[in-house]
Amino acid sequence: MNLNILWFILIAVLFIGFFFLEGFDFGVGILMPFLGKTDGERRAIINTIGPFWDGNEVWLLTAGGAMFAAFPNWYATLFSGFYLALFLLLVALIGRGVAFEFRSKLENPKWRRVWDYVIFGGSLLPPLLWGVALANLMRGVPIDAKMNYVGTFWGLLNTYALVGGAAMILLFILHGALFLSLKTEGELQQKARNVGLAIGAWTTVLMLFFVVLSYFDTDMFTRHGVDPGPVPILAGLALFSVQFFIRAKRDGWGFLMTGLTIALSTVTVFMDLFPRVMVSSLSPDWSLTIYNAASNPYSLKVMTIVALTLVPIVLAYQIWTYWIFRRRVHLSDHMDY
Amino acid sequence: MSNLLLARWQFGITTIYHFFFVPLTIGLAFLIAYMETMYVTRHDETYKQMAKFWGKLFLINFAVGVVTGILQEFQFGMNWSDYSRFVGDVFGAPLAVEALASFFLESTFLGIWIFGWERLSKGVHLTAIWFVAIGTTISAFWILTANSFMQEPVGYTIRNGHAEMSSFGALITNKQLWLEFPHVWFGALSTGAFFILGVSAWHLLRAHKAEAFKRSFQIAAIVGLASSILVGVVGHEQAQHLVQSQPMKMAASEALWNTSPDVAPWTVVAAINTKDHTDSMQIQIPGMLSILSYNKLHGSVEGINQLQAQYQAEYGPGNYIPPVRVTFWSFRIMVLAGGLMVLLGIWGVVAVIRNKLSTRRALLRIAVPSIALPYIANSMGWVMTEIGRQPWSVFGLLKTSNSVSPTVSAGMVLTTVIGFTLIYGVLAVLDVMLLVRTLKSGMDSPSTPNVASPKATIAPL
Repeated sequence: MNLNILWFILIAVLFIGFFFLEGFDFGVGILMPFLGKTDGERRAIINTIGPFWDGNEVWLLTAGGAMFAAFPNWYATLFSGFYLALFLLLVALIGRGVAFEFRSKLENPKWRRVWDYVIFGGSLLPPLLWGVALANLMRGVPIDAKMNYVGTFWGLLNTYALVGGAAMILLFILHGALFLSLKTEGELQQKARNVGLAIGAWTTVLMLFFVVLSYFDTDMFTRHGVDPGPVPILAGLALFSVQFFIRAKRDGWGFLMTGLTIALSTVTVFMDLFPRVMVSSLSPDWSLTIYNAASNPYSLKVMTIVALTLVPIVLAYQIWTYWIFRRRVHLSDHMDY
Repeated sequence: MSNLLLARWQFGITTIYHFFFVPLTIGLAFLIAYMETMYVTRHDETYKQMAKFWGKLFLINFAVGVVTGILQEFQFGMNWSDYSRFVGDVFGAPLAVEALASFFLESTFLGIWIFGWERLSKGVHLTAIWFVAIGTTISAFWILTANSFMQEPVGYTIRNGHAEMSSFGALITNKQLWLEFPHVWFGALSTGAFFILGVSAWHLLRAHKAEAFKRSFQIAAIVGLASSILVGVVGHEQAQHLVQSQPMKMAASEALWNTSPDVAPWTVVAAINTKDHTDSMQIQIPGMLSILSYNKLHGSVEGINQLQAQYQAEYGPGNYIPPVRVTFWSFRIMVLAGGLMVLLGIWGVVAVIRNKLSTRRALLRIAVPSIALPYIANSMGWVMTEIGRQPWSVFGLLKTSNSVSPTVSAGMVLTTVIGFTLIYGVLAVLDVMLLVRTLKSGMDSPSTPNVASPKATIAPL
C-alpha cells in the first residue's frame, strides 16, 4: 500500500469520525424543538451533547485540513466547485455553534426560541448538504481538463443527490434519537425511543432506495456488477436491526447499529470512488484521483508521521471525555453554564 | 467589481474579524489558567470566583472565535483554489497539523472544563484549562507557520508548476516564524491582560467585589506591561529582519520612495503622494531609521523606486509596489497603540506596587476604553503585514492575482461577501451585548457549589 492510498483511507476515517460523532449531535439538534416541550427539557437535550459537539466538529475541520495537505487539488476543486453549497454549510455551522453558547445566556423566552430555530436549521442543513455532496461525488460532476468545476449550484440538486440528502437526514435523526435515549431518562427517553421506532423503518427504505438509484446514477454497476459486496449489505442489515433493539430497550446496541450503518455507508462511498476522489462527468480522464490530486511523496510522508503520532492521542482523550460525562442528564441537574 | 477584488475583501473582512476573537482567547486562557492554579494551590475561593467570572467572558468570546475559524479553514479552497493548488503541498500541512494537534485539544478540554467544575477533581479540572491554553498556542504556532511561508517561502522546490515541500524542518525553523510567532503571542497575552485590566477598572470604579477585581487588576497590570514591552522588543527584531527578507514592505511602511542616505532619518508622519512618488510635510528624526534597521547610526535602507526596478528585472514587468499609504499608516497606528499600552502598563504597575489603586481614579477611567488598544494594534499589524506583501500572495513566487479561483464568478463571491458580512455583523452586536451584560453582572459570591446529583446512573450499552 502506498501513501496515497493510506491518505485516502485516513480521510475516509476522518469523515467516518465526523459523520458518526457529529451525526448524532446533528440528530439531537433536529429533534430538540420537537422533543423538548419545556425550556428545561430543551436545555437537558442540548446538555446531552454539550461537552461533545465542539470536539465532534473538529473531525470535519481535520478532514478539511487533511484534504488540503494530502490532496490539494481535491480540496481546491471541491470547495471552489461546491461553492454555494459550502457557503450554506458554513452558515449553518456558524449559526449552530453560536446558538449553543448564546442560547442560555439570557432568560428571555423569545431569545431562546430564536436560537432554538437556529439550532434546528443549523443541524438539518449539514446532513442534507453532505448527502447531496457525497451523492454528487459518486455520480460525477462537470470537471474540466484543468480540474475546475464548471457546473452550477443547481446542477448539484438532482434527484439522486436529493434522495441521498434526505436519507442522510433521516439516518442522523435516528442516530440522534438513540443517543438521546442513552443520555436521558423517564419521559424524554421514551419520547426519543418513539421517534426511533417511528422513523427506523422509513430510514431503511430510503437508504435502500438510494442504493437502488446508485445502480442507475453512478458507474457502480459497470465497475462492480450487481453484487455490491459485503460492506453495503452489512450496512443495510445493521440499519434494519435498529428497530428491534429499540423495542427490546437495548438503546446502546441500537446506537451501535446506527453508528455502524453510518461508518459502513461512508466506506461504501469511498470504495465506490476509489481510486478517484472526484468523478468528472465530462471525461474519465479528467477525474481527480489519489495520484493526480496528491501532494508530493515527501509531503505525504511527513504528514503520515504526524497523523500516526497524533491520531491515537486524540482518540484516547476524546474517548476519555465520553467516559467522564457518561452519566445521564437529569432534568433536576443544574443546567446553565 | 472583479472576483479577485471581492475575494480579497472577503479574506480581509473575515480574517480581521476572526482575529478580533483569537488573541483574547489565547490571552484569557493563560490568565484564567493562572488564576485557577492559584485557587488549587492556595485553596483561596476568591481565585475560583475570578477564574469562573473571566471564564464566562472567555466562553462568549471563544464561541465566535471558533465558528469564524471554520470559514478560515475552507476559504482557501473556496476563493483561492489556484493558490491552494500551487502551495497545497507546503501550506496544507501546517493547517492539517493545527487541526490535529490543537483544535481537538482546545475543544475537547474546553468541554471538560465547562462541564467539569463539580464533576472532576481540582487537579484534573485545572489540567483541562492548561490544555486549552496550550492548545490555543499550538494553534497560533501552526497557522503562523503557514503564514510565515507566505512572507518568506522556505523548504520548497518548484516542480510541475507548483511548490512542493522539500523540508518540513525548514518550514518550522523559518526565521520569519520565530519572530512572527512570539510577536503575535505576546500581543495576544497583552490583549487578554488589557481586557481584564479594563473590566476590573470598571468594577473598581464602582467598588464591586473590590478584592477579586483588585487582584485581577494586579495580575493584568503586570502581565500587560511585560507582554506589551516584549511585543515591542520582538517587533523591533521583526522589522530588522524585514529589511533583509521583504525590503519592499519595509520601504512601503516608511514611505521611503528612494534609497535613504547612509544616516537614514525615520519619518514620523508625512503626506504621501503615491502618484508622483513623493512625500511632503514630513516630520523626521535624523538617523533613527538606521538605528531601527541595523541598531547603529548609519546604514541606508533601500527605496521603493529602486526596489521596483530591481523586481522588474527579476520577476518581469509589473507593479511591485504595495499600497504605500495603508502600509505606512497601519504601521504607525500599531506602534502608537503599542506605545500607549506600555505607558498604561507602567502606570498600572506603579499604582499596584504603591497600593494606591482605589485612589487612582484617572487610571481606572482610562483603563476602561484602553481595552480597544490591543485590538487596534493587532488588526493594524495584520493589515501592514498582508497589504505590505502585495502584489504577492506568496512573496516572490505567486501573485495574488494568480491565486484566485478561476471558475467562481464575481456574483458568487459577492453573495458570500454579503452573507458573511451580515452574519458577522449580527454576531458582533450580539457578542458585545452578551459580553457587556455578563461583565456588568459581576462575580458570583463564593457560593455553595452545585452538588452533582447523587443518583448517578451509567448508561448501559
